[in-house]
Amino acid sequence: MIDESWRVGAGSTRLPGVAHDIDGAFLDLPLAALADAALSRAAELGAEHADIRVERLASARLTMRDAAVESSERTDHSGFGVRVIVDGAWGFAAATELMPDAVAAAAARAVDVARVTARACTERIELAPEPAYGEVRWVSAYDVDPLDVPEAEQVELLGGWSRRLLSADEVAHVDVELSAVRENKFYADLAGTSAIQQRVRVHPSVTAVWVDDSGGFESMATLAPPAGRGFEYLTGTGWDWDGELAELPSHLGEKAAAPTVEAGSYDLVIDPTNLWLTIHESVAHATELDRALGYEANYAGTSWATFDGLGTTRFGSPAMNVTGDRVTPHGLSTVGYDDEGVAAQQWDVVRDGILVGYQLDRRTAALKGFDRSNGCAFADGPGRMPIQRMPNVSLQPDLSGPDTAGLIAGVERGIYAVGDKSWSIDMQRFNFQFTAQRFYLIRGGQLAGQLRDVAYQGSGPTFWGSLEAVGGPSTYLLAGAFNCGKGQPSQVAPVSHGCPSALFRGVRILNTRQESGR
Amino acid sequence: MTPQELAERALAASTTDGCVALVRTSAAANLRWAGNTLTTNGVMHSTSVTVIAVAGASVGSVTRTATTADEAVDVVRAAEALARAADPAPDAQPLVAPDADDATWGDIPADTGIEVHAGVVEDLRAAFDVARADGYDLYGYAEHTADTTYVASSTGLRRRHAQPGGVLELTGRADGGARSAWAGQQLRTGADSDIAGLAADVRRRLEWSRRRVDLPPGRHETVLPPTAVADLMLYLLYAASGLDAHEGRTVFSARGGGTRVGESLTPLALTLRSDPSLRGWESAPFVVASASGRTLSVFDNGLPIGPTDWIRDGRLATLITSRAEATTTALPVAPAPGNVVLSGPGDASVDDLVAATSRGLLPTCLWYIREVDPQTLLLTGLTRDGVFVVEGGEVIGVTRNFRFNESPVDLLARCVEVGAAVPTMPREFGESTAATLMPPMRVPDFNMSSVSDAS
Repeated sequence: MIDESWRVGAGSTRLPGVAHDIDGAFLDLPLAALADAALSRAAELGAEHADIRVERLASARLTMRDAAVESSERTDHSGFGVRVIVDGAWGFAAATELMPDAVAAAAARAVDVARVTARACTERIELAPEPAYGEVRWVSAYDVDPLDVPEAEQVELLGGWSRRLLSADEVAHVDVELSAVRENKFYADLAGTSAIQQRVRVHPSVTAVWVDDSGGFESMATLAPPAGRGFEYLTGTGWDWDGELAELPSHLGEKAAAPTVEAGSYDLVIDPTNLWLTIHESVAHATELDRALGYEANYAGTSWATFDGLGTTRFGSPAMNVTGDRVTPHGLSTVGYDDEGVAAQQWDVVRDGILVGYQLDRRTAALKGFDRSNGCAFADGPGRMPIQRMPNVSLQPDLSGPDTAGLIAGVERGIYAVGDKSWSIDMQRFNFQFTAQRFYLIRGGQLAGQLRDVAYQGSGPTFWGSLEAVGGPSTYLLAGAFNCGKGQPSQVAPVSHGCPSALFRGVRILNTRQESGR
Repeated sequence: MTPQELAERALAASTTDGCVALVRTSAAANLRWAGNTLTTNGVMHSTSVTVIAVAGASVGSVTRTATTADEAVDVVRAAEALARAADPAPDAQPLVAPDADDATWGDIPADTGIEVHAGVVEDLRAAFDVARADGYDLYGYAEHTADTTYVASSTGLRRRHAQPGGVLELTGRADGGARSAWAGQQLRTGADSDIAGLAADVRRRLEWSRRRVDLPPGRHETVLPPTAVADLMLYLLYAASGLDAHEGRTVFSARGGGTRVGESLTPLALTLRSDPSLRGWESAPFVVASASGRTLSVFDNGLPIGPTDWIRDGRLATLITSRAEATTTALPVAPAPGNVVLSGPGDASVDDLVAATSRGLLPTCLWYIREVDPQTLLLTGLTRDGVFVVEGGEVIGVTRNFRFNESPVDLLARCVEVGAAVPTMPREFGESTAATLMPPMRVPDFNMSSVSDAS
């Protein structure tokens, strides 16, 4: 459940964990002068609205193959983007020279873009109001900035994990990947908000590979999700790496020897390590208002959950309660303020199975008469214009619900899915197909060993209508991804999804070998 | 500073055994529209410097936004610190020596701006008017990019490549989205943009969609359009790592060890080829790598890329292989391509294949394609924006979309006809991919696994 005690408001905000200052190199940039140059130039040229973001994205990506470093790259991208509304049309310009003359020139280019494109605009851009917050700062909750950890220390840790796994008979190869990001953003607008923020995130992943001399192979990846945490996530805070790595070879060996599944209809218990992705694709994307209104029709797609059904559309069974938020500690979408200066919030998306809320930015909020955006604007870098992106969208547990074993006990013939793997869904968020790291047969309320070649298919509203029960708080996990894609030019966003284990009745199970014609 | 000056300044500051400087400039201008009105539009410029420092057999790579000499030197120092602390790199090779003067090294970076789309804006106004009058809405995206890469090495190598690119996409939706159609185009210059041509294609497909025909899922004869073939062949190439195949973990691994190079993949005389000098679709003629990885090595920066047949006359000819991987796998060096062409004996168009179809399906494009099983390269995904029913050589209506489960390797084995390769935009891979020239392909039994209610 979400702790609201530290909800963001005006002024400086501290989160649980080690208190960090904003990175000094970022603060040393002439942020106020850049903002003044951009906003004043845009105003001079007739902009009805103008904002500027200055960003610095420092990232590290390390991959290891069989305990040797395969790839190591450190990147540090800085730049700015100026967004304007002129004559009712959007204009945007971005560049990398962090000098007042350069941002003023970019502001002029943004105005030019708006004036050129206004000729084919028939819909005037309006923004929902948001209070001006003045100068505010926000830092995410973490202990150790992952970008401060020497690569040699990372290699020693991850190489040790690799060697442990390679010593197991079942493991022929080990692939390790660690991605880490420190994101600094400065936002300022003509209305008077000036926000400086910093957050970090990490995504460690380990995959063990079994290879058979006769040409077969199998793999199994760790279940640990990415997290809005620092390097402490790899050393015992927030995940039991030792425990998971110790079990990975035997899980892999069992999978390699498992019988193939018999296709058909099964009851399905889904572990939160798998269910988060089903929520992401079939619930979270379906409740983006820009999609529902058609703004992504050419790319990411639209939504079956159309706006005329707000408050009445049955999204799922009464056991389904979903929230959106940008405040969950360690959430990958958690911020203090979004990229339009809107303070972070929490709201209901699905209540007792009924669609009651959407994800909004200031543009879509104004378009549909909402008093205020709920703060879902995000740009994945200085060179991209903010669009509505996903907050943390989470399925709430049943406060008196069972543990996962309790859900399994209620299934006579079924399958238990653990860990995400392959995923795909159509452009209106109906038809999906997912696989998992591990599928287990359930027989008579008990797990009866792993199965191979399994995929589950469903259609959003039907699938969520088959939700019989969700687990209790003890089954709840905050998972997520670094790489949610949307928009043109394409952008990726980090996002978290919390969920408990859950039981669905009568789900279509495929045999993927048969699907391939074998 | 100019990109060349940034590169030279970085090399001059190097204190390790070797150094490669990559300076990349990027310019982009884009338009986006929805519901017959332009929405979010912008222009972007950026410059970054990557320094690859080599200390003995160890390497460090750092990429930063940099526009001044001091910033370039800072990148060198950061990369050198990583290199000195690193273990020997498994892909260590001598840095690439210069093999010829690059006459374009001194040229300025390519550029673009919103003015390149001025004609598109005017054409869109006209297309919006037609759409409103006919009762449908247009959605889409236009992007033009101008990326320039400068590669300089302590060996004396100096290379420059300017890569223009872009896409133009148009989606039409009618009856509240119940009818949907799409057409797309890869661009090299803004002048290539053909809004009128795409709009005509979209209108034709929306007309086809007026009659609905219910069909069950199952295996259907299917004419895959070039855009769908492009997405499937790109997935095939992404699985074509020589080292992964050598280690026994891809669809191209041979039973008992080694790779399937030399094995027949298709009974048709198909050739899958890349050529950096392909007229009109040129790509970088040398390797650019800011970090090593599967199929890619920073030590190969500047290595010339020549024409490569991945499949030749139906047989797997080679796999993507860096210099270091070539020593491990005994495969020839074959860097990842910047364009790809699938060609065969046919010269038919999509319309020709449809005209020769007694009963079958014609999807508009494929979407949300993901790997299900790497052993067979089984992919799943969906048809999108119209699956048309063909009877007696003509489109007679539209059916619902389907989820498919298919392997591109299996499709090559089962396809019975391909047409002429034409420039096409792969819908799934979109704007961030190699240029593709692909034929339409007839598959007698494409596996449509289930129906999608999406329209």
